[in-house]
Amino acid sequence: MLSIKNLTVNINDKAILNGINLEINAGEIHAIMGPNGSGKSTLSHVLSGKPGYQITGGTIHYKGKNLVDMAPEIRAREGVFLAFQYPVEIPGVSNVYLLKAALNAVRKHQGLDEVDAMDFLSLVKAKIKTLDMDERFLYRAVNEGFSGGEKKRNEILQMAILEPALCILDETDSGLDIDALKIVAEGINALRSPERAFIMVTHYQRLLDYIKPDYVHVLAHGQIVKSGGADLALALEKEGYGWLEEGQVSA
Amino acid sequence: MSDSTQEINQIINQEYKQGFVTVLETDTFAPGLNEVVIQQLSAIKNEPDFMLAYRLQAFRHWQSLTPPTWAQVTIEPIDYQAISYYSAPKRKEDGPKSLAEIDPEVLAAYKKLGIPLDEQERLAGIAIDAVFDSVSVATTFKDKLKEVGVIFCPISEALRDYPELIKTYLGSVVPHTDNFFAALNAAVFTDGSFVYIPKGVRCPMELSTYFRINAANTGQFERTLIIADEGSQVSYLEGCTAPMRDENQLHAAVVELIALRDATIKYSTVQNWYPGDKQGKGGIYNFVTKRAECRGDNSKVSWTQVETGSAITWKYPSCVLLGNNSVGEFYSVAVTNNYQQADTGTKMIHIGKNTRSTIVSKGISAGHAQNTYRGLVKVLKSAENARNYTQCDSLLVGDQCGAHTFPYLEVKQPSAQIEHEATTAKIGEDQLFFCQQRGLSAEDAVSMIVNGFCKEVFKELPMEFAVEAQALLGLSLEGSVG
Repeated sequence: MLSIKNLTVNINDKAILNGINLEINAGEIHAIMGPNGSGKSTLSHVLSGKPGYQITGGTIHYKGKNLVDMAPEIRAREGVFLAFQYPVEIPGVSNVYLLKAALNAVRKHQGLDEVDAMDFLSLVKAKIKTLDMDERFLYRAVNEGFSGGEKKRNEILQMAILEPALCILDETDSGLDIDALKIVAEGINALRSPERAFIMVTHYQRLLDYIKPDYVHVLAHGQIVKSGGADLALALEKEGYGWLEEGQVSA
Repeated sequence: MSDSTQEINQIINQEYKQGFVTVLETDTFAPGLNEVVIQQLSAIKNEPDFMLAYRLQAFRHWQSLTPPTWAQVTIEPIDYQAISYYSAPKRKEDGPKSLAEIDPEVLAAYKKLGIPLDEQERLAGIAIDAVFDSVSVATTFKDKLKEVGVIFCPISEALRDYPELIKTYLGSVVPHTDNFFAALNAAVFTDGSFVYIPKGVRCPMELSTYFRINAANTGQFERTLIIADEGSQVSYLEGCTAPMRDENQLHAAVVELIALRDATIKYSTVQNWYPGDKQGKGGIYNFVTKRAECRGDNSKVSWTQVETGSAITWKYPSCVLLGNNSVGEFYSVAVTNNYQQADTGTKMIHIGKNTRSTIVSKGISAGHAQNTYRGLVKVLKSAENARNYTQCDSLLVGDQCGAHTFPYLEVKQPSAQIEHEATTAKIGEDQLFFCQQRGLSAEDAVSMIVNGFCKEVFKELPMEFAVEAQALLGLSLEGSVG
């Protein structure tokens, strides 16, 4: 589904990613871990098309298409979804309005009919129950006055509505208490499917207690320095990231 | 500059869609302003003598004044002798009796603006007065309104047909001595609408005026007077457009509203005068004095304005709350882009007991534009238990523009309750990217964010105009994030 080859990325002429290689197939969950400043968030931003990053080398292909050439909204409509680390607030725009506009933009792109208000409401009401959210959330302005946990749940709700093929979760666990973390993890697990892949970017292992990854990659200095199974995350939890700095890297 | 900024700039630089010129035979005065010009103006309109006297008195006063300089705008000096004070499509001796007699080019121009004046194409439920440069070219549904006693006609016609009402009310809210532009308007005003709603009548349809400036080198001096007699209700709306020209053109209007006991007036404006080009060349100077008097107890006046056009806007629709329990409201969205400047706001003057006022102002600034809110809340000693709530929000799009807020408070009555809230926010690239990441185009995203910001004001507009206002906002701003 996603194929990244020798990807190098600069921000303001400073190299952040130094040759990333990653292959992700449908149905897989990949965790990207690493210390602060290793380039984790940069990778998720570049995949989703956030402006401000210069791709200086390498390729990204998504479902056989060159992802780099696509505008961010086209990537979204093609099924690339980023759950933001810091979801933004949009005053005066109700959650339900954004959700419907987003869903219809995606459906239109895929050649499907737009959903009408009634069908949409029944769809969204069903989804909102699974995330243990109050229906009143739908009519509040997007993320305005939401707690950290509510914002993250709102991201997962958007994901559940849009049903993307590639879900990128950027530090979804940050700022969540344990109960909220469980709810968010359940929401994500409910979306697991053989047609869908996940990239979970995280600093800590604790999210992986609830969502078991198929692969774990350790990112340091803009490169994947180690890859392994779910066990790798546990080892990291025990040993920390200090060993990366001491040159004991065996990729 | 990031990709999204470029994209946004492309969208921002869309053409002004009402910028066409209609080629017509016109009667136009040579430029210049003196007492002879005013006499000619009054003569061509067949005005009663008292009107000429009023105009000359205003003109003499105007000559003693200097233009105001306190607003937060930069204005090139205006040469009042270089302006023509009258321009009208040529017409037959007595003026058109029916639509069939109106120049088809004028009808076509209105059609192009989306305002069909033909009988069968008219929006049901909205009566329109169409003012083209210095004259009203058509007023629809006049007869139907007359059946319930509502007078809706060009003010030039009202001067002849209803001199008593004019004598009683014209200049009673905005006297010719009020300010520089009000004095000029009193001297040279050409056309506008006159509305009288009799006692106890609820006007059966929306009334509207569509102002179009077409001729070059002319000023448009609109004069509108609305009187809501005891217990009556009316909703009035106005729209404005002009062709694209490199020279600045002046639109100096005076609007007076009078609400008697238990009467309600709702006045909505969608102003889209030509704003000038991307470098700030050309555009309309929109210098307007709008004021309402809630004269009777329990009367109410509500101003709603969506200001997207004009090179410079200088406008403060105000309410004088004389009657006990009277209510004044001001809801405003002012959008400035490129080099537009707006200094706009309101004055709420509390005189009667238990008077209440609400001010909700939303300023949006993009490009190199400057947007100022200026508002006065004044509570006199007599206004026991007066209450005001003011909310002023500014939205900045990009980092070259400015937003300014000047709230003035004068409270002489200790029982008054005054609340003021102000915020400034910026459309961030983060908000834009978030929406794009959910599949929305940059244009849709900006339009959604801005509409969200303006929601409280748009909900005050009549339905059809709320839709128009949203579309207009899209055109003026779309994608202007930087």
